Amino acid sequence: MRIDWIFALEILPVLAKAALLTLGVTAAGFAISIVLGLFLALLRRSRRRAIAAPAAVFIEAVRGTPLLIQLYFIFYVLPEYGLILPGLATGIVALGIHYGTYTSEVFRAGIDAVPKGQWQAATALGLTPLKAFRHIVLPQAIPAIVPPLGNYLIAMFKDTPLLSAIAVVELMQRAKIIGSESFRYIEPITIVGLFFLAMSLGASMLVRALERWVRIPATG
Amino acid sequence: MFEFLPILLDGARVTVEITVAAAVIAVLIAFATGLSRLSRSTALRGVSAIYVELFRGSSLLVQLFWLFFVLPHFGITLTPFQTAVLGLGLNIGAYGSEVVRSSVLAVPSGQNASGAALGLTRFQVMRHIVLPQALLRMLPLWGNLVIELLKGTSLVSLITVSDLTFRAYQLNQATFRTTEIFTMVLVIYGSLALFIVACTRGLERLYGRHMPAREGM
Repeated sequence: MRIDWIFALEILPVLAKAALLTLGVTAAGFAISIVLGLFLALLRRSRRRAIAAPAAVFIEAVRGTPLLIQLYFIFYVLPEYGLILPGLATGIVALGIHYGTYTSEVFRAGIDAVPKGQWQAATALGLTPLKAFRHIVLPQAIPAIVPPLGNYLIAMFKDTPLLSAIAVVELMQRAKIIGSESFRYIEPITIVGLFFLAMSLGASMLVRALERWVRIPATG
Repeated sequence: MFEFLPILLDGARVTVEITVAAAVIAVLIAFATGLSRLSRSTALRGVSAIYVELFRGSSLLVQLFWLFFVLPHFGITLTPFQTAVLGLGLNIGAYGSEVVRSSVLAVPSGQNASGAALGLTRFQVMRHIVLPQALLRMLPLWGNLVIELLKGTSLVSLITVSDLTFRAYQLNQATFRTTEIFTMVLVIYGSLALFIVACTRGLERLYGRHMPAREGM
């Protein structure tokens, strides 16, 4: 079977529109995962075991089970308890929670890497713990945090096609619909593959550039 | 609640079969391409680098769909199970390739130099000196990758393989006992992941204890 270039051009605008949704989902999911990740990292670092232990269990449980099952869980189980989310919202929330547990480990490692003396100095200067964290510790943790966060952003982007399983018409689902209507799968699925390839290779180059850029103040 | 268990466990058996088969393929490809990237041959390095970027750069689900829907148009027809094993093996193999490459590079270069000074060939140095040390470094990283692989197997339910996720989805459609079914499935996946973690730790201890003696260092 040969590649039909005219067909490929025809479906391009439709796929481009779906690609925008894929990018939007990635952005929204990542925003949730950053906020949740920071929150979980702080909980897990808590000195109270009653707070740290459940946070650790939650993080390990979510990291150890498949995203697809978590999507189904939120999509099918939560409505039984009266919480009905549409497919798109479910997808964004599931991505945010799943990757939030990954980013929490990034935040934790980054915060732990800041020397203890910085906390002590901040306390000696009379800063409250919150102010010490916000103005002294967090800014110094950023160089260690940003590059791995970038890698998780790319990983999350590559996981967005899973949303097709709960009927979100993102890029992959759009390509499958085109395929089933036209009986031509080569062009739509190959275009989708190339889109993911181009975006994530481009993004990982950006992450590497960012890595060099944030390292300078830390080493200099 | 336990009437679902036989069906789910049968699905879990398929999940485990796919995980093991794909892990074998992934390890083979990862060593072949990971070592190729350290070769002197530009062609070998180039092909391996393209493979790694291709499969790490695009999405696992897109790769599975591509193998499932597009490959038959080129006259290659695989069963869904074969597609699943091949797709996951190729995907995890690309990540594993980087694990192999970086672990070999992390072995101090003095080991290479002293091997050469003892009159060993490049191949002998790699086989008897560098790889045994690199293997110890890569074991925990492979443990993580196999957990990623296990979680990735849930996607094969979308190309009609009746694994654990597929069975859960079908049971849910038939019975609407949603909470029980998906909770059990989460527990089964979690237990499998814990089992992999335990295996990796055991292997690390075993290999770490035997390596110096066996290699005579």
